[in-house]
Amino acid sequence: MKVLVTVKEVATVDDEFEIDGVGIDDRFLGADLNEWDDYAIEEAVQLGEAGIADEVVTVTIGPEDAEQTIRQGLAKGADRAIRIWDDALAEADLLDVEAKTEILSAVVAEEEPDLVLTGVQADDDGFGATGVALAESIDYSWAAVVNELDLDAEAGVASVHRELEGGLEELVDVDLPAVLTIQTGINEPRYASLRGIRQAQRKELAHLTLEELGLAESVVAGDLTLTSMYEPETESDATIFEGSPEETAGQLAELLREEGVAP
Amino acid sequence: MSDVLVVAEGRNGELREVSFELLTAGRELADAAGGELHVAVITGPVAEYAAELNREGVDAIHTVDAGEEFNHDVYVQAIEGLYDAVEPGYVLAPNSVNGLDYAPAVATALDLAIVTDVVDLELGDALVATREMYGGKVETTVETPTDRTLVTIRGGEWPPAEGEGSATIEAADVEIDEDAISSTVTGYEEVAGGDVDIADADVLVSVGRGIEEEDNLELIFELAEAMDATVSSSRPIVDNGWLPPNRQVGQSGKVVTPEVYIAIGISGAVQHVAGMKGAENIVAINTDPNAPIMDIADYAIHDDLFDVVPALTAKFAD
Repeated sequence: MKVLVTVKEVATVDDEFEIDGVGIDDRFLGADLNEWDDYAIEEAVQLGEAGIADEVVTVTIGPEDAEQTIRQGLAKGADRAIRIWDDALAEADLLDVEAKTEILSAVVAEEEPDLVLTGVQADDDGFGATGVALAESIDYSWAAVVNELDLDAEAGVASVHRELEGGLEELVDVDLPAVLTIQTGINEPRYASLRGIRQAQRKELAHLTLEELGLAESVVAGDLTLTSMYEPETESDATIFEGSPEETAGQLAELLREEGVAP
Repeated sequence: MSDVLVVAEGRNGELREVSFELLTAGRELADAAGGELHVAVITGPVAEYAAELNREGVDAIHTVDAGEEFNHDVYVQAIEGLYDAVEPGYVLAPNSVNGLDYAPAVATALDLAIVTDVVDLELGDALVATREMYGGKVETTVETPTDRTLVTIRGGEWPPAEGEGSATIEAADVEIDEDAISSTVTGYEEVAGGDVDIADADVLVSVGRGIEEEDNLELIFELAEAMDATVSSSRPIVDNGWLPPNRQVGQSGKVVTPEVYIAIGISGAVQHVAGMKGAENIVAINTDPNAPIMDIADYAIHDDLFDVVPALTAKFAD
């Protein structure tokens, strides 16, 4: 079976930063593999190691700079990677769920995977909606917020646990083909080995434009427009203890004793 | 003029609080749009749910009696059917685990714009939704020009609707096609059991990502022992397998209301805050003065936990 994993390179923001227009000033941005996608890659690679997946392919919507993040996925054991990018994507302030869904749907049509794994959400825009929207768009089954996966390839069923609120899990059987959105904690993502990193350099990383996917540039537009970005006003009215660690610890200890909650 | 359809959420025979918050958000939006507020009640004891949801400002409640518990395929079909019948402009759903299991599919199926995890809504020439990005470091506004929009709202941002309503309540004329259901719920499992119940503790010493390494947890246990407190944690510590799930505070873990909650190296993501904001006294120890945890902290130390925690332990060991 073929497994497709959606992988996003997310922007990380320094503790101190400045906003420029409707985005964070580049000087305060870094880049990283989306945390949730790290778990999705690991889950797919483990399916390969268990002899269930024949091929693990990753797909990323991102610029050339994202290739270092994509290579991380290959180094961890994905077999090949696809990167979608062109000028129309570069100019977008916000790629909304609809736009991402249309682009990824075209990739699924091309690759015809039996299983698609996505992260539950992205660290940066945090929509948490693309996986399920994609499933509906390509007519696959789905399950959102999966923290345990047991795949019966022969029967064509994924038995999963969905992490609900309040320490409760829902057990669901999902018919394949399916999209599963993967929650953190489902596994222990590996670090890439040196051998894996070397091998990743030789693995296929294909770049496709929207046109090559048979899509018009207008898919990028979507329905949503990002109109402002600002730092939320701090609501903090905390009493701040100042001084050396010795002093602040002393003040806190005194407070806790006054409250009668510490010996 | 646009009507608003909100989708209630229940579990195990009880409506979840966000359902009543949705009524408030839905009424505000319906007022701005000059329309009616419709409520969809899908699966579970729908008649009981409908009676409870009949609060001030609700115009119509539509029930779909289709099984005891949530199934996203049923939800998608039911909402599609109701959308055709009610013809609302806006659809509001909870940004819950189940909300995110059906809302994006509904938006795709009905070709609606979707905005998730929204904390504020304003309707002018366009619908303006406020939402966070980068884990709460910034807020953004996004606009959608169309009234064909589905919004999922974050819990706890709108007050719950109150008062008695005079809504019409009727069973919706919606057919569920059983053949189109490709997922089956086979059961439920409680995962937060075990020897320690952090919800019972008067004082919680809670540790987050800032602790960096598993071996460093020793510092936290030493402090807890000196203070006669219980150790809890935020999600990453449990994800890493450093502490068992019964120690996790937050949306997917336990909700705690101790007398004192000491958050050490915890940034205060919204999912975590949902589990501890009811604590009487919240103390935050964190190097980042802008961390979201500071918004709800009563006392704070902006310093390195590796310096402060041992010093604090020493104060109690004396």
